[in-house]
Amino acid sequence: MFHRVLALIIKEILAALRDKKARFVLIVPPIVQLLIFSFAATLDVKNVPIGILNRDNGEKSIELAQRFHGSPVFSEIVYLPSVDAMTPFIDNQKGVMVLSIDQQFSRNIDAGKPADIQLVLDGRRSNTAQIVAGYAARIIEQYNLDIAPLVGAKVQSTELVPRNWFNPNLIYYWYNVPCLVGVLTMLVGLVVTAMSVAREREMGTFDQLLVSPIRPIEIMIGKAIPAMIIGMAEGSIIVLVGIFLFRVPFEGNIFVLYMSLFVFVSSIVGVGLFISSLSATQQQAILGTFVFMSPAVALSGFATPIENMPQWLQYVTYANPLRYMLVILKGVFLKGMTLDIVLNNIWPMMIIAIFTLSSATWLFRKRLE
Amino acid sequence: MDMGSLRRLKALVIKEFFQMIRDPSSILIGIILPLILLFIYGYGVSLDADHIKIGLVLEDTSPDAQSFATSLTNSRFFDVTVGRHRKELDGMFLAGKIRGYVVIPSYFSAFRQRQDNIAPIQVIADGSEPNTANFVQNYVQSAWQNWLSQESISSDLQGLPLVRAQPRYWFNEQLESRNFLIPGSLAIIMTLIGTLLTALVVSREWERGTMEALMSTPVTIVELLVGKLIPYYILGMFSMVMSVVVAILVYDVPLRGSWFSLILVTFVFLLPALGLGLLISTASKSQIVAAQASMVAGFLPAFILSGFIFEIASMPWPIRTITYIIPARYFVSSLQTIFLVGDNWRLILFNLIPMIIVGLIFFTITAKISVKRLD
Repeated sequence: MFHRVLALIIKEILAALRDKKARFVLIVPPIVQLLIFSFAATLDVKNVPIGILNRDNGEKSIELAQRFHGSPVFSEIVYLPSVDAMTPFIDNQKGVMVLSIDQQFSRNIDAGKPADIQLVLDGRRSNTAQIVAGYAARIIEQYNLDIAPLVGAKVQSTELVPRNWFNPNLIYYWYNVPCLVGVLTMLVGLVVTAMSVAREREMGTFDQLLVSPIRPIEIMIGKAIPAMIIGMAEGSIIVLVGIFLFRVPFEGNIFVLYMSLFVFVSSIVGVGLFISSLSATQQQAILGTFVFMSPAVALSGFATPIENMPQWLQYVTYANPLRYMLVILKGVFLKGMTLDIVLNNIWPMMIIAIFTLSSATWLFRKRLE
Repeated sequence: MDMGSLRRLKALVIKEFFQMIRDPSSILIGIILPLILLFIYGYGVSLDADHIKIGLVLEDTSPDAQSFATSLTNSRFFDVTVGRHRKELDGMFLAGKIRGYVVIPSYFSAFRQRQDNIAPIQVIADGSEPNTANFVQNYVQSAWQNWLSQESISSDLQGLPLVRAQPRYWFNEQLESRNFLIPGSLAIIMTLIGTLLTALVVSREWERGTMEALMSTPVTIVELLVGKLIPYYILGMFSMVMSVVVAILVYDVPLRGSWFSLILVTFVFLLPALGLGLLISTASKSQIVAAQASMVAGFLPAFILSGFIFEIASMPWPIRTITYIIPARYFVSSLQTIFLVGDNWRLILFNLIPMIIVGLIFFTITAKISVKRLD
């Protein structure tokens, strides 16, 4: 039996690497995605243009405006001539925020009286708008601390000291690249396995396999192991690129990472084989992969956090192996996560792997009858 | 266009239409997939961080510290776990069960009473998820500011901040990310139908050799392209109308603009989307490559480079330049405006022109390649 499975594994790997189109599918999309995703898929906020409407010409308002010029977040500051200019500025997406200072501003400050500043924000981009509002609030707070003693106003008695651990400057690709190890490994593992049986069915070589002495279970193993090798190899390349090219810190243990990656890839290969047994043509396999992939990525916590989802949907995410893998990847890369916490995330993936692999085997056998 | 041409075109459209209706994958991509995607973007993808789990370490238990703690626990943005020591929360923090914690140090109240010291409140956020970390910092900041204002009324220890920022969010006062994510996701759905479906269907004809058979008939290349386009144009418009109805009725997204402008923008967007699908299939002639290429050239740019979730201004300049040739960028911006603001014709017009240009480029290249094959 071992002999036959080994022969099948070698045949599968050769088939995957020899065909020019298949090679293209394995190599080009993941690299393009790694590059585009890590640079472009960013919720970072920088270089955003904003507007300032200063109806006060006093010294205090000009000083406040100057502080916005000093911030790296705001690349371009447009001074609006009048209130009427504000609506078209926001409507036509010329900028995400307008800082509106009224006529009384300097007079109030000089008298030691509180003054309000309006921040008008574009709700079409509420995430960016909220972060921009946060930056503006911080600039204004610092301004407060500096200006209050000068005009003899009482200083606030407490202050916030913000710190970000594991990623002090909140560099977005430190988050992105580790997550992409999971997402792209999943994509490749899924495509390789989903296509494998469907392609042989379409080309008619599958019947030849069936008339050979190889048993169905051996075919399954022979299909699963090459896919796992390819998936692990793909994952390793991205890990190396992340560490050496992007210079994302790697605080944890490489052994722990590989153990998790192995369990994760097993669960994905199970899903891939399931789709493969289900589909008669390659086109169906492609669609099946896509129908599984898009919810799996969307509900993994990669694009947006799981806590933001409604509670019932959060329960659904427990069945998603990527969810656990992302926690491990971020933990092992950035946090130096210890084995006990990692194990808490490995065992659910193990259950999912056992479930997907056995149901794929079941379906595979059933379709043969 | 003479009568023969019209007759051939009609025959082609009918043939294509039957093919579409009989093929389950067209129904899957045209109807089921839009519903699945709307469901995911309506419920699953949300940038509304209103239940962020954080910890609060109260090293100081004075009334001052308690009062700040209450303002945090009362905030609708947080689920707060309270502890006495950092050690209690470190494990949860490392495991990612809480996104950050606020430390009120043991000397908090003592420092507050003294004129020469400002009492610090430490806010530690989990930087391994930068966007959430930003929100933790921002929300703690606004909870703290509310607390300051309340305190200044009840005690004279506290000076009111001189300058206060009053944020106003236009078009989306409740800050529901769904209101802009769903209109944006329509762009992704239309890209899938226009590009992926067209690429798959046409490349299948090449793979099976029926395309050569068609080319040996009197049908001209223009007729062939138009004949392919019309049925998928109709399917695309149908899915769009269906998705908009679902967006309004099921997800309560406001539609402040008109149906007319929505239809117009969709009609124009389908031009480059279908054009790209035709181009990919004509160039690759294989279903697998066509599927991968439409993912890389169609779906991913529509998802990542369109400004749908990720801010274009924050991308590095080479990528920012690429976004100008992505039709979805203009479509997303138009859709979000039509839904949330209204018919802003200046913006819509400036978005229509690039989409038409990109569409024409795709068609010209496709026609060129196809003509060469006939030689």
